[in-house]
Amino acid sequence: MPWDRNQMAARAAEELEDGMYVNLGIGIPTLVANYVGDKDITLQSENGMLGMGPFPFEGEEDPDLINAGKQTITELSRTAYFDSAQSFAMIRGGKIAAAILGAMEVAENGDLANWMIPGKLVKGMGGAMDLVAGVGRVIVVMDHANKKGESKVLKECTLPLTGKGVVDRIITNLGVFDVVEGGLAIVELADGVSREEVLSLTDATVVN
Amino acid sequence: MQKVYESAEAALDGLLFDGMFIAAGGFGLCGIPELLIDAIVAAGTKDITIASNNCGVDDFGLGKLLQTRQIKKMISSYVGENAEFMRQYLSGELELEFNPQGTLAERMRAGGAGIPGFYTRTGVGTVIAEGKEHKEFDGETYILERGIVADLSIVKAWKADDTGNLVFRKTARNFNPPAATCGKFCVAEVEEIVPRGSLDPDTIHLPGIYVHRLIQGEHEKRIEQRTTRKRETA
Repeated sequence: MPWDRNQMAARAAEELEDGMYVNLGIGIPTLVANYVGDKDITLQSENGMLGMGPFPFEGEEDPDLINAGKQTITELSRTAYFDSAQSFAMIRGGKIAAAILGAMEVAENGDLANWMIPGKLVKGMGGAMDLVAGVGRVIVVMDHANKKGESKVLKECTLPLTGKGVVDRIITNLGVFDVVEGGLAIVELADGVSREEVLSLTDATVVN
Repeated sequence: MQKVYESAEAALDGLLFDGMFIAAGGFGLCGIPELLIDAIVAAGTKDITIASNNCGVDDFGLGKLLQTRQIKKMISSYVGENAEFMRQYLSGELELEFNPQGTLAERMRAGGAGIPGFYTRTGVGTVIAEGKEHKEFDGETYILERGIVADLSIVKAWKADDTGNLVFRKTARNFNPPAATCGKFCVAEVEEIVPRGSLDPDTIHLPGIYVHRLIQGEHEKRIEQRTTRKRETA
């Protein structure tokens, strides 16, 4: 059985180590926070906060306290606030250990496309280009194929890039893959998913 | 020098002109200079270029300046929450320059710090890098981005003293400090102006040297995405 959204998030949470400062993107990456367990992880929100807490209880929303998705959130005992220039200084400066992000396409050389589809409404890249260029490790979490059954794990991205050669690891509903010399290496398969099944849905070169 | 003004209109008097370049603080609808934006709507200033991370929503924040067609060009990282923005952009009425969010923040910071340009890895190999100088440092490729210097900065803080020292609150700080520093002139709106001496000098986020005029006012502080969790019952 391929992994569902929560299983993908749980698998992504295994990538995080005690003491890490991490930025989580919107969508499945946001769910990763539910699976960090006892690990001492500090979440960064790029609008200017380290130590992002859960959503507030009803009636306790604070308009001055939102995450990068503009959702109301809470602070923790470890929380620190700062301005946008400092926020991206720590991102660009490599202080954030990892970013877990969604994607539209990933290529075997680590190219990532997740901000625009030509001809469709363009909303902007937000902080995604800065994150993938700056953080220590970029982990993509996404479905292996789109709704039409076409692979999102490609030899080359067809959409405009967010970053070139930036992705380290891809976690899909079918398994875990690393960007290595010559293509992608299968690290792990979801329970009951065969290598053949993965290959049939993967356009990228698989080296093992 | 008297920095405190009675109203947003008074604080902007003599500072607005058609074709001007404004840098605005705020992220989404959080920490936006809503009173100063309303005053610019009322003033009717035209052909404005605005550097701001977002462009408000249709009926609040910078979105109001779109409704009145006062904006010629936006420099932003994300404009997804605004139908009128998309309509004007797709019809060619509005120019748009996308900047990666960190590049936009650093362009403001650099402009305010007397740095005309800086090299960054952000955007290398993407459309953002097209036409920009590329340079290699220690085996890595970087692109040159320019500092921003605006005619006017408009920002929102939580508290100020009458000398313009500013204190922000939680994530409403966001783009406000870098935006404040990159203007030739800066007007700040705050929820409360307190007498000098009542702010702890060690906790001031933005020194008053950057702030030329100040107003105090009531803020709507609209929430864009209200998300909550259920209380666990015992």
